[in-house]
This record gives sequence, structure tokens and C-alpha cells, in this order.
Amino acid sequence: MGKILMKGNEAIGEAGIRAGCLNYFAYPITPQSEVAEYLSHRMPEVGGVFLQGESEVAVGYMIFGAAACGARVFTTSSSPGVSLMCEAISYIAGAQCPAVFVNIMRGGPGLGGILPSQADYFQATKGGGHGDYRMLVMAPASVQEAVEMVMTAFPLAEKYRNPVMILGDGLIGQMMEPVEFPEHLKSEPSNKDEWATNGMETRKSKKRNLVKSLFLDPVKLNENNLILKEKYERMKREEVRYEPYNTDSDYRILIVSYGTMSRVCKTAIDNLKAEGIDVGMIRPQTLFPFPEDAVFQAASKKSCRMALSIEMSMGQMVEDVERCVHGRCPVKWYGKCGGEVPTPEEIMDVVKSCLS
Amino acid sequence: MQSEVMFAGFGGQGILFSAKILAHAAMEQGYEVVWIPSYGPEMRGGTAYCMVVISDRPIGSPIVKNPQHLVAMNRPSLEKFAPVVKPGGVIMINSSLIQIGSGRKDVDELRVPVTDIANEIGSVKAANIVALGAFAARSKMVDFEILTESVKAEFAAKAKLIPLNMKALERGRQAASS
Repeated sequence: MGKILMKGNEAIGEAGIRAGCLNYFAYPITPQSEVAEYLSHRMPEVGGVFLQGESEVAVGYMIFGAAACGARVFTTSSSPGVSLMCEAISYIAGAQCPAVFVNIMRGGPGLGGILPSQADYFQATKGGGHGDYRMLVMAPASVQEAVEMVMTAFPLAEKYRNPVMILGDGLIGQMMEPVEFPEHLKSEPSNKDEWATNGMETRKSKKRNLVKSLFLDPVKLNENNLILKEKYERMKREEVRYEPYNTDSDYRILIVSYGTMSRVCKTAIDNLKAEGIDVGMIRPQTLFPFPEDAVFQAASKKSCRMALSIEMSMGQMVEDVERCVHGRCPVKWYGKCGGEVPTPEEIMDVVKSCLS
Repeated sequence: MQSEVMFAGFGGQGILFSAKILAHAAMEQGYEVVWIPSYGPEMRGGTAYCMVVISDRPIGSPIVKNPQHLVAMNRPSLEKFAPVVKPGGVIMINSSLIQIGSGRKDVDELRVPVTDIANEIGSVKAANIVALGAFAARSKMVDFEILTESVKAEFAAKAKLIPLNMKALERGRQAASS
């Protein structure tokens, strides 16, 4: 199959199907609604289930229920809707079930606006729900990358038995780009007989599986949290992904940026290079685990005078950048968060003001 | 080489669709493409707009402050976007609905009564395709033959509309070259 022109949201829906996911529950919200619209007719075509929940709270627990049974399942929403799902995400993480959540972010807090934003960085990478849990968070910068990340997300969720989040912004959902879909994935989580409540008849082991996040015995709860912690440490060792850009140059400014914002930065970097100014960039593709070492090494380069965290939020990722730069150079933040996407010209001015 | 075009008009004039056909043609021609709609509340009644960016290398910023070209289907769109078009670009004006000019001397202004032409050939709904034909012929942003195939492909699900839209595309092309 060749390339087809597709809207990000529709491509995300199709990627879910090609990842072998036949269960999709959601509640419509701009700028994500086209995923639900697309899957409302596409899921029945492939024998899957599309169900619109009565709210995002309900959808979160529908996901938990399906995941606990060992079914491949996902949902999509946008910022306020994801807030409502956070309780269920915490339960799913505590009970160690695999599920995929897609957040096509819009501006907040509160109802905020409907235009692109990256203001849910904290919610995605640091919690959102309660308790000691993490999600593996991937941030696509194009429709093609959104497709690839959705298709990678299911096996990763199953590998770790943990929720995985795709953190896109309104533009990733709304824009059309040519996409090419990879081969279909196998549909069944491979190790589910060991943990899922999928019925005794179908599996060899007659061990009773129990899915729960309640551990009233403090020792048992601590043990469960240690198991989770070990998984998150393993993610840090095995799942870090990032793209370096112009980092072979003797840059004086290092940009750290992700998603749509990183594309704007790339254009700014290209334009600045034409003017004789080198700027390097690390684009995290996973936000948790964060590319700690890559940022540290890039900021440690002799020529580097300053690291700039550029994000469509009021300064959230900058805290991780500061942590990873570890005092090697000053760290500054630049961003906007109302729905306006900063232009390449704006980023060029910011870089120049940092150099003067 | 990168070029951009802003399609703008009322919601309901087929702005997003004609822009999609152009993006489709550019993809078929082997270009990198981004199509970005306006999805704000302005879609309901006010100006709807859509940007298509095409390039021979991966597209960085999908957001472009100054597009190379503009297709203005109504007056508010022309007033809003004509000032940001890059010098040397094409500004296609739907002269059926817009009595004023772009006020720019450094652009290639093309006035085509696309709504009247569409009415003449049978349906006002084809005005967007007339505009697409006129714009593509003048700007040469994409190959016209590939564009013609892309119109057919986009209407594949409503094949009975293909002849009308072929006529619309051709009338647009003629208007641009006359």
C-alpha cells in the first residue's frame, strides 16, 4: 500500500486497528473527536467494538474492565477528558493492566480552549492520578510518527502491563499528512494467561488470576509499589527515544522541544544555520522515560552556553531539562499556551536574544 | 523548495475540501505535504481557512506566518489574509462575491467570478473546484494533469459528480489563462 493523505486523528484510529486492537471506548471532545467518528464506522467493519461512554470517567473504567480481561484496548480524548480518566489510569497502573491512552492536547486549565497546547506534560509524565505510578509517554511530531507510536504502544503496554500514553497536540490530530501504515500486529497480548481474568476454560494454567489495586496489608502494598518501581526503572533503561538535530555542530544554544513545537524549532534552526548561527536540538520522543543522558551530554558540549526548553506550556518540561542539564549551563524556558503555536520567526528571535 | 497556499472563505464553501484535493495532488506528485484546517469556533459562520504546505524535503513548521499564495472566496478572507501573502505570490479573488481588490501591487492578482461560473455550469457547490482550477493553473503549484486525477479520486465515492467537477476545473483553468 502506498502513501495516503490522512488526518492525524483518523490515522490514529486506523493505527489502533492495525495494532490488532478491536476495542475502542471513547467520549467525543475537540480536537480529538474525529478518532471516535472514524472508529464508529471502522470498528464494526473489522468486527471490533466501538462504544461511546456516558462520560470520560465511565470510559476510563470500561478500559480497565477490558484490559483486566486481557483484551487489547484503547481510548482517545483531549485534556479535560483525560483529567476525568486519571483516576482509572491510576487503578490500571496499580492493578498492572496494559492499555493505551491518546491525549490530543488543548489549552487549559479548566475548559481552556480547543486549540493546540502541550500543557498536560505534568499530567502525563508525573501523575495525573494518585499514587506512585508512571505511564510510558510518547510524543509524536507528525501524523506518520503518531501512527508508528500508536502501533508500538500496544506491545509496550503489554510488555510492562502498564498504561502507555500518546501525547499529541491539537495540530497532530487536525492536520493531514501522507502516511504509510506498517504491517498489522498480532492481536493477542502474549502473556495474558499469567495475569488476565480471561476465564479458566481457555488457558492451560489453573491458577486463579486476580486483578486488583487494593492492598490493605502495608507490606503487600509496598511490595506492589516496588514491582511498579522496578518496571519504571526498566523503562528508563530500555525505552528512551529521542531525535538529535544539528547536534554535530558547535552550537551555543541547545533547544529541547517535542511534538509540533519541535517542528517549528527545526525550521528556526535551519533558518538560523543559513544566517551562520548553529543551534542544536534534542527532541524527546519519549517524555517518560525522558532522554536524561542525551540532554546531559548535549548540554555538556564545550560550545554550549545555554539550554532552552521550548514548549506550548507555561514551563513544565523545563523542570526535567533543568534536572538533566544538571548545572552544566543555564536553562531558560520559552513558550506560549493559549492555542497559538509560536512561529519559526519567534523562535529565531528568542535564540538571538539569548546570544546577545 | 517550499510553497504554501491559504484557502479562505465562508464555512460551507468547500474550502477544506478543495485544499485537500490540492494536497492530494501534491502528494501524488511526490512532494511532502501538510494540510492544516482552522478548527476554531470561527468555522461556524465566519471565515474558514485552511493552509496547504508542499515541499521537496520534510516539512518543519506546519505553521506559516506568510503564505506564498491565497485563494479568497469571500471578502472578509481577502481583507484578513491579503496583507500577509509573500510578494510575488498569487492572490485568487472570487470576484462574484468580492468587489474590492487585494490592494497589493507586488502580487499576481487573479480575479475570477468562480461562483457565477459554478452557477452557469449547474451547481454553485462547484465554486471551490472552479477556484482550484484557476489557482492551480496560474500558480503552477502542482501539475494540472495530476490535479485532474486527484479531483476524480476525491470524488470517487460520488462518481456522478465527476463530470460536473471536471467541467468546473477546466472552466477555472480557462478563466486563469484568459
